[in-house]
Amino acid sequence: MTQWALVALIVAGTVAGDTLQSLEMKRHGEIHFRAGGLGRIVATLAMKKYLILAIVCMAISFFAFMTLVAQADLSFAVPATAASFVFDTVLARYLLRERVDAKRWLGAALVAGGVALLAL
Amino acid sequence: MGTDERLLWKTRFFLALVIVSQPLGNLFLTMGMKHRVLGSPWDYLEAIFTPYVALGIVLLIVWLLSRMALLSWADLSYVLPLTAIGYIITAIIGSVVLKERISVARWSGTLLIVAGTALVGLTESRTSTEAESYAGEGS
Repeated sequence: MTQWALVALIVAGTVAGDTLQSLEMKRHGEIHFRAGGLGRIVATLAMKKYLILAIVCMAISFFAFMTLVAQADLSFAVPATAASFVFDTVLARYLLRERVDAKRWLGAALVAGGVALLAL
Repeated sequence: MGTDERLLWKTRFFLALVIVSQPLGNLFLTMGMKHRVLGSPWDYLEAIFTPYVALGIVLLIVWLLSRMALLSWADLSYVLPLTAIGYIITAIIGSVVLKERISVARWSGTLLIVAGTALVGLTESRTSTEAESYAGEGS
């Protein structure tokens, strides 16, 4: 597989994983840490299907990343996969219904430009 | 220590953990994976149990868990921008430790990505439209 095809696979897995994870964790509510509570948190989270799906997406993304760093520079692999930030922002706005202001959109645009520069 | 201040320190602690654990995890993962031949799923399994790859994975698990915890009280669109510092750390690690040759275009691209994410770095940690006003960074 070419390096950019691997990047695309990593980005797709990351974006799907991030969005599903944020969706589920927010439904769960803020985590409070206290003695003995960690086991219960893990047990509760294991029941959430979005979270399990998120982990599958992240696993796909991870194995693709392992493949990429075996053949490409780390200083290429990491920024190239930052393209996920652009798609994450779009999904944060339209799926998670977070407020995304002009500053955040401009940020996403700069990231897109940065990733494009890596292709040179 | 008030509730707001406690949340602020909790946020800072997890943010630091999220920022540092990823570049270090990626470094060890790359050191272990470099030039490895990956023909079958078995090759991946074998790679996972080599010391560098294993250490990289442990650090990335730390990253994943601290990020999950952070996401339970802060928005994804707040967490993602601040982890941008990791891109600079990664570029420096690539150049210094892994001896990668980083072209002008690659540095520019990396810095543009950091600039893009830093631009949105000083916003509140709660931005959901349905959420009440909530104590976070900068309040």
